[in-house]
Amino acid sequence: MADTDTGTVTQAQLVGWLAAFRDAVHEHGAHLTELDSAIGDADHGSNLVRGMDAVMVAVEAPPDSVGALLKKVGMTLVTSVGGASGPLYGTFFLRAGTAAGDATELDAAALAAVLRAAVEGVVARGKADRGDKTMYDALGPALEAYDAALASGADAAGAARAAADAAARGRDATEPMQALKGRASYLGERSIGHVDPGSASATLLVEALAAALADPPADP
Amino acid sequence: MKKLINDPANVLADALRGIEAAHPELRVDHQHRVIYRAEPKQDGRVAIISGGGSGHEPLHGGFVGPGMLDAACAGEVFTSPTPDQVAEATTAVDRGAGVLHVVKNYTGDVMNFEMAGELAAADSGVRVETVVTADDVAVQDSTYTAGRRGVGLTVLLEKIVGAAAEEGQDLDAVVALAQRVNDAGRSMGIALTSCTVPAAGKPTFDLPEDEMEVGVGIHGEPGRRRVPLAPASEVAALLVEPVLADRDATGSPAIVMLNGMGGTPLIELYVLYGEVARLLADAGVPVARRLVGNYITSLDMAGASLTVLGADEDLLRLWDAPVDTSGLRWGV
Repeated sequence: MADTDTGTVTQAQLVGWLAAFRDAVHEHGAHLTELDSAIGDADHGSNLVRGMDAVMVAVEAPPDSVGALLKKVGMTLVTSVGGASGPLYGTFFLRAGTAAGDATELDAAALAAVLRAAVEGVVARGKADRGDKTMYDALGPALEAYDAALASGADAAGAARAAADAAARGRDATEPMQALKGRASYLGERSIGHVDPGSASATLLVEALAAALADPPADP
Repeated sequence: MKKLINDPANVLADALRGIEAAHPELRVDHQHRVIYRAEPKQDGRVAIISGGGSGHEPLHGGFVGPGMLDAACAGEVFTSPTPDQVAEATTAVDRGAGVLHVVKNYTGDVMNFEMAGELAAADSGVRVETVVTADDVAVQDSTYTAGRRGVGLTVLLEKIVGAAAEEGQDLDAVVALAQRVNDAGRSMGIALTSCTVPAAGKPTFDLPEDEMEVGVGIHGEPGRRRVPLAPASEVAALLVEPVLADRDATGSPAIVMLNGMGGTPLIELYVLYGEVARLLADAGVPVARRLVGNYITSLDMAGASLTVLGADEDLLRLWDAPVDTSGLRWGV
């Protein structure tokens, strides 16, 4: 956890999360696009790179609350990413921002509530169920792992670590699935045998959170 | 990758500058990436906008003009435009009679236009209605997919509803008409090659020299199956049979479009159309109007799609009405 004295997650750490995600989509952008060319339209990596570059410019001047910060991230993604990822990641952060409200920092339980609102927003926008081979197949398990770790006494950093590991397992589990949502669903059975690109980028997002909250801060 | 571009990252912005230079009858908002008619239609008429990822030209910007669209929102290549773009265009084209969004059924397009409709309605109170085209018979329309893709029928629909809006039909009538067209049209596509998205730099999928992909969409996404390359007469059957099997087209005059995917020479398209016309005649489909050419493309993909719309006298009248766009022009 970032702030060992108070046990809370600060805005600076949240910006660190965003920066770590930006770095991750740069580093893995070509891989995301490659996954997307197998079952989609080969633009997932480049779209997220464009979006997160825009986000980091937008948050250079620190907003005055966590809610304002996350909403700004959401609106920036909605207006810069396009595709399905724009509304989905945009809605993730817009709902997170609404849940965070005027708070200037989040404790581990508040972060849990923020993440829950974010994931529920993704589900509402994308109308996906677990097992449809989408980003929800990484985000759903991540959220459950975060809550479970918290319930067994972990702090935010530990819970985020557990969430990242669960997201990665969820991502890997999409490989044998047949896609039922999004462009990959048009492939029918031919979508089987490929990792879902959305679940891969969502795993990077949760991994970036774990890295940003780790003490000492870890490389994403 | 061999392309006539400056920088893969600037393809859309550069293309919009070219469109503006080539078409003084259009106005381009470079900030929001919207193509408008330079001369807006008169007050009290329904406005129609469409949009989607770029790389399908002439769709949609090539269909902006009298008799067709009021504006087209251009996304990045194969990427939906964003809600702020669409909301801006929606507010700008409204002449007080409401706005119809023509959206191709792709997950991203549907979600971005949905958010845009919410934004525009909240900001300006403009009444927005949406038709989602879904004509691709290669996709099973079931709970196991995102639903049929919106492909070639989008061109025919934009022409027909554009004519209706131009002659003063109100929004409810235009929406009902759009739904009627959507219900009566079917499409099917095949590809001989993949296509190369500039930002990706290499073909979206691998397709051996001696194979073709059956049931492709318009974004270089793979189709449902691969078969050995075949003569045009057999390819025509791969297009015609599933379209006619899905909807009986013998009972009404048909509007038929054989569309090139961007990398198909016109001479090949005509070879294929000869075969398609023969099969349609054999099947008893009364073809009343036809379009052969590149109208909804996939960058440099070689391939073709067939669209058959079961029309009636009213739809034929709207089809024949004057249209003055860079992509379709007659009666003017």
